[in-house]
Amino acid sequence: MAVIRDMIPAFELFQPTSVDDALSLLAQHGDDTWVLAGGLDSFDWFKDRIKRPKVVVELSGVEELKGIRSTEDGVEIGAMTTLTEVATNSEILANYGLLAKAASQVATPQIRNQGTLGGNVSQDTRCWYYRGGWPCYRAGGNICYASAPQAMNREHCIFGADRCVAVNPSDTAPTLIALDAKMIVKRANRERVIDAEDFFIGPGTDITRMTVLRPGDLLTSIRIPATWAGASFYWEKVEDRKSWDFALVSVARAMRVSNGSITEARVVVNGVAPYPMRLDAVEAAVRGRPLSEETAQMGGEVAIRRAKALRHNDYKLPLIRNLVRRALRGRPA
Amino acid sequence: MAEKLIGKDIVPPDLVAKVTGRAKFAEDFRAPGMVFAKLLLSPMPHARVRNVDASEALSMPGVLGMLTPDDLPEAPPRSERALTYEPLYEGEPILAVAAVDETTAADAVERIKVDFEPLPFVLDPLKSLHPNGPNARTEGNYFFRSRDPEEQGFRTLKWTEADFAEAGEGRMPMGEPQTEWTVGDIDAGFAEAALVLDETIVHQSLSHHPMEPRSAMAYWQNGKLYLHTSTQSVAQTRVGVARALDLEPDDVVLIGEYCGGGFGSKIRGSPIQLVPALLSRKIGRPVMLRITRYEENYIGRSRPGFQARVKMGYRADGRVTAVDLYIVEDGGAYGSGDFRTAGTVASLSYQPLSMRLRGVSLYTNTPPRSAQRGPGGAQIVGMLEPIMDKAARQLGIDRVAIRRINAPDNNGWLGPQRASLTSAYVREALDKGKEIFGWEEKIRLSGRRNGTKVTGVGVGLSPFVGGSTGFDGLLVIRPDGKLYIHQGIGNLGTHSIADTARAAADVLGMPWNRCVVVWGDTSNHLPWSSVQAGSQTTHAHTRANHAAAMDAKRKLQEIAAREFGGSPGDYATADGSVYLRSNRLQRMSFAYAARRAIQIGGKYSGHELADNLNAVTVTSARALAGQGLVAAARDTYRHEGSTWSFVVGFALVELDVETGQIDLKEYTAVTDCGTVVHPRSLAAQLHGGAVQGFGIARSQKWVFDPQWGVSFAKRFYTARPPGILDVPLEMKWGAVNKPDPQTPVGAKGIGEPPVGAGSAAVASAISDALGGQCLCRTPLTTDVILAALEGRKQPYGPLEIHV
Repeated sequence: MAVIRDMIPAFELFQPTSVDDALSLLAQHGDDTWVLAGGLDSFDWFKDRIKRPKVVVELSGVEELKGIRSTEDGVEIGAMTTLTEVATNSEILANYGLLAKAASQVATPQIRNQGTLGGNVSQDTRCWYYRGGWPCYRAGGNICYASAPQAMNREHCIFGADRCVAVNPSDTAPTLIALDAKMIVKRANRERVIDAEDFFIGPGTDITRMTVLRPGDLLTSIRIPATWAGASFYWEKVEDRKSWDFALVSVARAMRVSNGSITEARVVVNGVAPYPMRLDAVEAAVRGRPLSEETAQMGGEVAIRRAKALRHNDYKLPLIRNLVRRALRGRPA
Repeated sequence: MAEKLIGKDIVPPDLVAKVTGRAKFAEDFRAPGMVFAKLLLSPMPHARVRNVDASEALSMPGVLGMLTPDDLPEAPPRSERALTYEPLYEGEPILAVAAVDETTAADAVERIKVDFEPLPFVLDPLKSLHPNGPNARTEGNYFFRSRDPEEQGFRTLKWTEADFAEAGEGRMPMGEPQTEWTVGDIDAGFAEAALVLDETIVHQSLSHHPMEPRSAMAYWQNGKLYLHTSTQSVAQTRVGVARALDLEPDDVVLIGEYCGGGFGSKIRGSPIQLVPALLSRKIGRPVMLRITRYEENYIGRSRPGFQARVKMGYRADGRVTAVDLYIVEDGGAYGSGDFRTAGTVASLSYQPLSMRLRGVSLYTNTPPRSAQRGPGGAQIVGMLEPIMDKAARQLGIDRVAIRRINAPDNNGWLGPQRASLTSAYVREALDKGKEIFGWEEKIRLSGRRNGTKVTGVGVGLSPFVGGSTGFDGLLVIRPDGKLYIHQGIGNLGTHSIADTARAAADVLGMPWNRCVVVWGDTSNHLPWSSVQAGSQTTHAHTRANHAAAMDAKRKLQEIAAREFGGSPGDYATADGSVYLRSNRLQRMSFAYAARRAIQIGGKYSGHELADNLNAVTVTSARALAGQGLVAAARDTYRHEGSTWSFVVGFALVELDVETGQIDLKEYTAVTDCGTVVHPRSLAAQLHGGAVQGFGIARSQKWVFDPQWGVSFAKRFYTARPPGILDVPLEMKWGAVNKPDPQTPVGAKGIGEPPVGAGSAAVASAISDALGGQCLCRTPLTTDVILAALEGRKQPYGPLEIHV
């Protein structure tokens, strides 16, 4: 059968107005159901006719999934809150500026107006073999084309390869891990609270998914505890162009400093592994160390200790090393 | 007397429609009973279709028919057809299906079973030159053109193992060329040189990415084809369509009032526009073919990439003594000849004491090439200008100064025939650019480090051909007193339809608010015009409209003399009247003159026409005859030598030495394009072209999987053309504004040279920020720059392409 792209096939569309309705629709229609938030990832898949759900549950009418509110212990962000709102919200700017900054650098202003935080963290990978419809491991096949000897893989991973070498494309994901955010996932009559760090999964866990979300699950909100409120933050994204690009590499860092020494730090990178990756070794290595160029240099080296480049992505090693260094210098980006 | 329009900003007549969304582009049209077509594209880079089974698709409800290569008219063997059974690149259209809506058409395409036999393919022309390398086409790897039909045809060119072995590691081998020319004595040139540089450089292939894809809608009425299409040119596209379908031009009504960008990819529309025309004829319904962005990336044309070896000799004072240039051009599936223009541009830019060009252009199984804004020129400028910087550094000469030393002036030459120029004010442009950009202050910032940021400053000189001659102007002064300026050129966003019309208005002293520009629909009777390409239009059609306006003026003077007495020379025109010079009260309005012209008839009303007009113009003028004072004339103004425009670009960047990220902070472009016709529009060309150049230098590219021969850069986010956020806030411009002496208005074309200037200035600034290191490839992406900064192995080999 011939392949045709750029034409969305017909599907059954549901537009619920409450979380309960959304959940019952998901339960009712099962595995063939697709949850549609801002649509920026979904419509690419639909247009290419590669992902062809029979049923689409579109969430823009669910008001309870939108908005940002203060809680006793931090802030709760509805999954359907736009990235623009996240980037400009005064409380997030004041206490969790790391997230605001990452949200403000997603794609383009238009995409940020339409794209949501829940959608941003739930994005599928942009590996161009997989997105092109190649029958790779992630697509249910038994080969990874991107790690073949001649493959084009400048944008692929240097850590965490496990049959698949794709990377997570989300800008906000590493900041949520750095802020120790909790992902609220509902399903029929059950609610789970999942650490952001555990929300994202690698191919070793399930090669067909980027997150723990399974059919029937709904990410309803993201809670950011006050743990890191007002801490020192660093965010940087390196990309090939400034208009609509995914990060080649990004770094998110939250840190507390006392008397010139790092008391605690969380350092998370993305674009280098199939999941946003917390650099535990770096965090441990710098804890208690003076905030100095020496510490920064050391942290950078630790960051790439186990990295392994593919044919075309050797630059990601010095790049992530340098970004981690910068993050540890303690100066704002 | 009306104020001269040339040199003033005006509001173009299409502006309001464009900004309010009322402008209708090809895909906005509907016709009664219209249906939609979708294409089936080849999934592999080279194949032969053994069988098509469309039975299931054609039996689906709502499916109305199919167009296959069997339904196409014959075409010469090397030329591209709209559909093919031997796809030469991934994405080449095989067939089209028509259905009541696009969803049904797409579903039908999906149900067609095509049996493809995969054939050998090649993505890199150097690989095709290998003794055992594959050919992109079964017939050979290039087409030998000759006037002798016996000699002309497909051929295969292979280099020897020795040719490949001879070149050192990473240096481009140089075997037998297809083309070679020499000017002067290059051995003597190199012997005389105090410095000789020998570099291997790679320039990427890249797509045009016009905002509007090449959609088209067609229907037939009483034997005539009505075609709404996205095209750069109108009069010439109509003739092209008629020829392709074996119709008389009169049997084609071509409508293309608006074109959302072409950049050389829609000069006469596109081959694919024949699909709705033929499918409509076949099924008897109007057919719309909306080309998607995905399809546009395959069929939307592209700039050919070069792999080049450049040897340049310099005297100690910076004068270029010798240029020895060898270009291997990636001609894509249907061939290209940009390297020839590249050689000519190099000779013009540097006026070398001696020069040799050798080149080959080979077929590859990659999308078709076509002219792309400054074809050949933008590539070679972007490749050679950094070498000029390198020489300037080694010789201790200022980088603007070394360009000034070698720049052409009015006595300059170009190409193998040492052709002469109509004018060249390059030194003036360099001087003006230095002043506007502030070169002397900015160069002091070169290499300045601020934290992890290093400042780099660059300059690039870019010439391109700026005009043709011999086309027709057609004007009507109607009894409503207005001047109707008929334009057969296209409207691809450059304002040429209005700007070249001003030449006619100025000759007659006609205020702009009483001028009506008629364009974009051949049923409105348009004259024979240049293609809206090759930066020809400003030159060609200020001339043609000037000539037609002179004809109108003579006729007005004669009518006035008949009415009031005296000789025609006693009368002048201004503000919509023809009047006696010695007594301005003795006057006749254009409205009255138009009525008189109709009454007198003959040449005044368009019933008698000059015998040197093109047949297209004659048909249009005859259709207008009797509607007013009709003036039609061919441009026969003197023109000796070649007309070229020049742009000098200046850029300031900040390079982050820890990330390889480039921030383009400032850009200035200064041009010699003769007389400035429309300042605001000129600025748009200088800056808009530069933005495309920034993409060449920094981010835009193609990526192919070498094992499977398929493309990844088929979405904007993977092809990475620059967006508005990649454009510096600070963009300045200037113009020498000296008239070209060989054209009545003094204006030369300017659409193309801004691209090379933008690309070269940014590459030059990046190299400056790297302390003078020339990375000898485009685009200079983060990975390439960071590898250089970190002293690591480059991510791609020095000759590697499509990465």
